[in-house]
Amino acid sequence: MLRETPFHARTGPLNVGHAWRRWAGYVVASAYELHHEREYHAIRNSAALLDISPLYKYVVAGKDAARLLNRVVTRDVAAMRVGQVAYTPWCDSHGKVIDDGTVARLDDTRFRLTAADPTYRWLHENAVGMQVAIEDASDSTAALALQGPLSRIVLEKLCERELASLKYFHLVQASVRDTPVTISRTGYTGDLGYELWVDAARALPVWDALIDVGTAYSITPAGMLALDLARVEAGLMLADVDYVSAHKAPIESQKSSPFELNLGWAVKMEKEFFVGRAALAAEKARGPEWRFTGITVDWDALESLYAAVGLPPRLPGAAWRVSVPLYSGAEQVGYATSGCWSPLLKRYIALAHLKGTHGNLGTQLEMEVTVEHHRKRALARVTELPFFNPERKRA
Amino acid sequence: MTTNRYDAIIIGGGHNGLITAAYLARAGRKVVVLERRELVGGAAVSEQIFPGFTFSVFSYVVSLLRPEIIRELDLPRHGLHILPLESTVTPMFNGDYLAGWGDHDQSRRELYRHSPKDADAYDEYGLLMQHMAQAVRPILAMLPPDPTSMSPRDLMGMLKFGKHMRSLGAQKFNALHKLMTMSSADYLDEWFETDVLKATKSASGIIGTFLGPRSPGTAYVLLHHYMGEIDGVFRAWGFAKGGTGGVSEAIAGAARRFGAEVRCNAGVAKVLHSGNRATGVVLENGDELRADTVVSSLDPRRTFMGLVEPKDLPNDFADAIARYKFRGSSAKVNLALSELPRFTCMDGKDDGLRATALRGAFSISPSMDYVERAYDDAKYGEFSRRPYMDIVIPSMIDPGMAPPGKHVMSIFVQYAPYRLNGGWTDARREALGDAVIDALAQFAPNIKSAILHRQVITPLDIERVTGLTEGNIFQGELALHQLFFFRPAPAYARYSSPIQGLWQCGSGTHPGGGIMGASGRLAALEILRQG
Repeated sequence: MLRETPFHARTGPLNVGHAWRRWAGYVVASAYELHHEREYHAIRNSAALLDISPLYKYVVAGKDAARLLNRVVTRDVAAMRVGQVAYTPWCDSHGKVIDDGTVARLDDTRFRLTAADPTYRWLHENAVGMQVAIEDASDSTAALALQGPLSRIVLEKLCERELASLKYFHLVQASVRDTPVTISRTGYTGDLGYELWVDAARALPVWDALIDVGTAYSITPAGMLALDLARVEAGLMLADVDYVSAHKAPIESQKSSPFELNLGWAVKMEKEFFVGRAALAAEKARGPEWRFTGITVDWDALESLYAAVGLPPRLPGAAWRVSVPLYSGAEQVGYATSGCWSPLLKRYIALAHLKGTHGNLGTQLEMEVTVEHHRKRALARVTELPFFNPERKRA
Repeated sequence: MTTNRYDAIIIGGGHNGLITAAYLARAGRKVVVLERRELVGGAAVSEQIFPGFTFSVFSYVVSLLRPEIIRELDLPRHGLHILPLESTVTPMFNGDYLAGWGDHDQSRRELYRHSPKDADAYDEYGLLMQHMAQAVRPILAMLPPDPTSMSPRDLMGMLKFGKHMRSLGAQKFNALHKLMTMSSADYLDEWFETDVLKATKSASGIIGTFLGPRSPGTAYVLLHHYMGEIDGVFRAWGFAKGGTGGVSEAIAGAARRFGAEVRCNAGVAKVLHSGNRATGVVLENGDELRADTVVSSLDPRRTFMGLVEPKDLPNDFADAIARYKFRGSSAKVNLALSELPRFTCMDGKDDGLRATALRGAFSISPSMDYVERAYDDAKYGEFSRRPYMDIVIPSMIDPGMAPPGKHVMSIFVQYAPYRLNGGWTDARREALGDAVIDALAQFAPNIKSAILHRQVITPLDIERVTGLTEGNIFQGELALHQLFFFRPAPAYARYSSPIQGLWQCGSGTHPGGGIMGASGRLAALEILRQG
């Protein structure tokens, strides 16, 4: 049986289209309304409320907690101050990415790690000889993302405190009508936003309070389809979609290093040992074979392919998650893994893996598109990530 | 003091003027935009007329803003966000309503309630209209050729136009011919039996015209609705974040980023020309600015009968401009509300449905006779006692438009003739406001007690504030005799004018109308093409 999240008593009745999807053994809403369009716009225009409880969460505590995490992830955990959050990948000993997530320093010796896949065993394997307790808090911690330009004012009203001083990728302990919550200035939308972490047993009052206070600000429960559009615009990759975990890849060529995923900035070579360090040092020296970039499909090119069969362009309203070939001349030089028509930017965009210099900004490529049952190629250009990067995200 | 020498001077900071400026600046030209008012936007402005409440004072929805403009000028980077406006609810006199929802199945079921036949016809009708829109849309992006000219460029243009028409095939061409010539009432009668459906659909065909739903020529405007539809997920119509001023601000931001200078409080008094060549402008304050390219985004009458002397123009051109029809017929009422309106037709419906309805439009078009009678009043010089109204509540879509829990309501009103019997006075303006509120209160009785502030804008007010002649929201009626190669005058439909170096880029040129921006963009491209 699939599990229901701690918010299901509220999200269930809201889901008028009965559109659910699986996430880590739970069911979460794909969209609450019949179409996800308004939920997407809430992320960019007001405040969207997303149930992200299915995330895997681990609390790592003890004298060696920082040491353990610093050994596992590629960012420098030792340098993190209390209240800081860091986005980071982690690798196997060959320097291939296993997963990506966030590390939050709750206090000197306590951290929370979020992950897309189960990570309990991997943490234990790396903790040999360390004084550290690893708790799987996945089920006991409920989580909500409140994302959008009005998320701050809604939370400020709710917690009766200012939040402008809570900087990007930092967290603070607060309470929502007597329920203790951790508020982190994080998210998966590339917009101003927060994530709330709360004891699963006390989850519902937090949802209710958010809806209560947020209604005057058009707070809108949003599902995964809306989130998927936002995360593509934000250039944020998704494990199992945009890359394959080194722990799951059946063949070597499916694995990626952080450098090949545009995450070189998150690999801190200067810190001492961490898993994969030697392999990553060698790769850094020789340069990655692949690049992870944005591409934008040329609209006129797409329109003329459709015009040739007498149709206006047709694109799905939701983001797609399939591998699509990219060409330079006759040669296939890469593939796109997620893409969407951006309702905000009015552009057809995708996240792509490209070989070597084909990933240089502005490079012209062709993307395979299926027009009226026939495979065609449309002009596309390598574009900087993120596609959409508003000042409010960090301000 | 900056230098007063430019490559191009743009007169008027409405959306088309700003778009032309942005494209010219993007191409490296030294450009200045001169706006008479203290803020840019023309008829696309957002203002806090009442503290804390932001009104899209005039134009209130973004109909067909071209996606290529959004992309090419990178407008989202400058804050442009177009939000969907999904539904239309028409309250009826019997207490029921007709709704068109965002979801196809939901809309079909709703229409089925009124007429099972119409529910079936709706999809067929929609497909035909999409075909028609597809047929017409390329023309919107086409530079109008001069059908009487023998120049190779015009001949090529006519050939392209003719080829496009031929490519439609007989069935579509015939349908297009009907759309171009019939009244929207007659056209819709061929398809549907539900009166309130036809009334609501036909109402979209009369916006901005001095015609009624039973007047020939109104069917064409029905198509404009479907231009947005064929864009499907790519659609660029809806409600702009921050109101329509948000569109203007974003375009101004893009123009500035490309290096254009945007000056407010800089009304232009005259276009300067030496012989037949434009040389610059003189401002109302007496300052002179020089440029070989002067582009007016004002309407044709203000440009050619105000900024230049008609005696400096060829007679036939001056006559054509003098005869070009404006006849403003629309008014606007903007309300600041202490609470949401309660439409009695939605009483007893579930909260979700009512909220959805309030995020969409309400059309006060309960019957075809209601709309035609509204026109009858105007025909004889009165404002409609029971007007057609298109109502949106922007604060339901963008909560930033009003304080939390409070709302703004935008009411587009038709008909209110520019030439009112006895003329517009303060008292007549308020009488119009009363008629509008009374008509609305029939369907939403709490509206009167919810009003915190009321702003009534007559066609004369539109003219006084924005400069639009006779308050015509499209810079001249969207009637067939004023479209394509006739807009605004034969032989000058390609943004040029009889004075060399003096160009036009406003809605008074092809394709015109709405916050589409195509005129501004096509004008800029034509100016750049000419070197």
